[in-house]
Amino acid sequence: MSKQFQFKLVLLGESAVGKSSLVLRFVKDQFDDYRESTIGAAFLTQTVTLDDQTTVKFEIWDTAGQERYKAPMYYRNANCAVVVYDITQSASLEKARTWIRELQRQADPSIVIALCGNKLDLSARRQVSQEEAKKYADEEGLMWTETSAKTGEGVTEIFTAIAQKLPLTAPSATRAGAGRAGPGARAGVDLNKQAASSGQPEACNC
Amino acid sequence: MDEEYDVIVLGTGLTECILSGLLSVEGKKVLHMDRNDYYGGESASLNLTQLYRKFRPDQAPPADLGRDRDYAVDLVPKFIIASGELTKILVHTDVTRYLEFKQIAGSYVYREGRISKVPSTEMEAVRSPLMGLFEKRRAKKFFEFLQGWKDEDPTTHQGINLDEDSMKTVYEKFGLEAGTQDFIGHAMALYLDDDYITKPARPSYDRIVLYTSSMARYGKSPYIYPLYGLGELPQSFARLSAIYGGTYMLDKKIDAIVTDSDGKFVGVTSGGETVKAKQVIGDPSYFGANGGDGGKVRVVEEGKVVRAICFLKHPIPGTDDSDSCQIIIPQNQVNRRHDIYIAMVSSTHNVCAKGVYVAIVSTVVETDRPEQEIAAGLSLLGPIYDKFVDITPLYTPTSSGQADNIFITRSYDATSHFETVVEDVQDVWKRVVGSDLVLKKREVEVQN
Repeated sequence: MSKQFQFKLVLLGESAVGKSSLVLRFVKDQFDDYRESTIGAAFLTQTVTLDDQTTVKFEIWDTAGQERYKAPMYYRNANCAVVVYDITQSASLEKARTWIRELQRQADPSIVIALCGNKLDLSARRQVSQEEAKKYADEEGLMWTETSAKTGEGVTEIFTAIAQKLPLTAPSATRAGAGRAGPGARAGVDLNKQAASSGQPEACNC
Repeated sequence: MDEEYDVIVLGTGLTECILSGLLSVEGKKVLHMDRNDYYGGESASLNLTQLYRKFRPDQAPPADLGRDRDYAVDLVPKFIIASGELTKILVHTDVTRYLEFKQIAGSYVYREGRISKVPSTEMEAVRSPLMGLFEKRRAKKFFEFLQGWKDEDPTTHQGINLDEDSMKTVYEKFGLEAGTQDFIGHAMALYLDDDYITKPARPSYDRIVLYTSSMARYGKSPYIYPLYGLGELPQSFARLSAIYGGTYMLDKKIDAIVTDSDGKFVGVTSGGETVKAKQVIGDPSYFGANGGDGGKVRVVEEGKVVRAICFLKHPIPGTDDSDSCQIIIPQNQVNRRHDIYIAMVSSTHNVCAKGVYVAIVSTVVETDRPEQEIAAGLSLLGPIYDKFVDITPLYTPTSSGQADNIFITRSYDATSHFETVVEDVQDVWKRVVGSDLVLKKREVEVQN
């Protein structure tokens, strides 16, 4: 029997490092050089197939431009995080370090964190060396890779690697952890369900 | 900051965040600012560090309360009525996707020294220990009358005109005792005082029907509550706003509200820079409530609420060890003019460590010794591990804002639910946009 696991993935990183572009490449295999911040998408979903039996569905939360003022809700129940920096901007790796410290402080201790150096297509202007980033990731126990949202290099690979690293042993517990996406994932009451059944004015007592 | 916005919103309380979200969805260019480095303003939920910083800046939280991050302590105690107006907004804006809700396990009312479950149907009424045998029969007839009422069918009216006859007339028709009137008017219609009795019965009827239909939704109580505390609500609406292009700036001290020579709003100055916008919306603390805003009086105080946040190491006695509950002490029961409310939540709602229960006792202040006024509520809690008492003035704007484009929201009142918050949202919306707030049914997004 095939199993689908669902996980909440949050994106972190300074603005303009290519967080949304990375997701757009992963989810829709598209890229736009002059893309502005995403409007209207609460989160995107994409499924990774690990083998015949197992698929992993990511519920991907973008920062919606709130990267500097994220709400605690953003990290809540996140199973994995992709922290993005721009390999042509060394300051963006410094920023990534602060997000990672924040994740380690605020998020669930079991969270899988991947550090991702984006804009590999601009490696001629590289400011962050692979050695430096890799060394830091190893010290902190993070996954690490470099990607280009523009060419697609490394993008599917990093999400697949995350899917492989996530614990797929306890589906029910994981689903409850991933929480708020699909129907059936909720432990509490479902307001949408009630709304569907109350299409008419609530005249039941009249 | 040389961009010009349609609306600047000051303060990230629930009222402001709902407005910010709805305005952004509507296509308005919104800048949302807060002086704090956290979301929620007066309606935030605080972790232990934030709570102690607010109430006891010189003291660190005691270690035996557990981990800081396990806490989300509400500053304003309110529950969501399952079939109420806030639920409608949550569903229509789809912010439910960011939230999980649980029921509040019980709804209780105080009568003659003890607490009992609030009956919500004629079936429960006949089993309730709140009433004697004959009173139960009368109450059963009263509930049957409410449930059978059809506007278009005069035979269901039993000679009552809901729009003209007072609630007093209705109570008298069914011969209900004063104590029964207390729990119907205060624990079901959720009135804070007895002013409703002499007014037409229609609103009371609507409120009792809202209570019973909400009760029927999930069974244990008419209330639901978001996991991780009420502070999740403003955060969700802030995300909605951001997703539709709203810009967020927290931790920004607001230095001045800039107006032109006619007193019309021009912009907001923060950190030496002025951002311009056509309109500004904000909570009272940004408009002179704390003596700021250059001494201009744009809000008036219309009373005070006392709230005591209590940490318990046990459930409230007499509630069948409920993990959460509301207890209403009707004013008449304790010789007051306003009810006392107790709202209790616990680790089931991910707002505190296991084994801790957070009860907030509140009422409208009537004397110069507010803490004594809630003594009847505190005494129901059993031993209190720790207590934080807050006395908050309630502010209301002095003008509609239509003349100067400055639109001010109201403070969070003493009611135990969010219906008045939504009324304020609707009211401000109408003043800002110029038309009624109509919640459009959103297309259901197909998840693949």
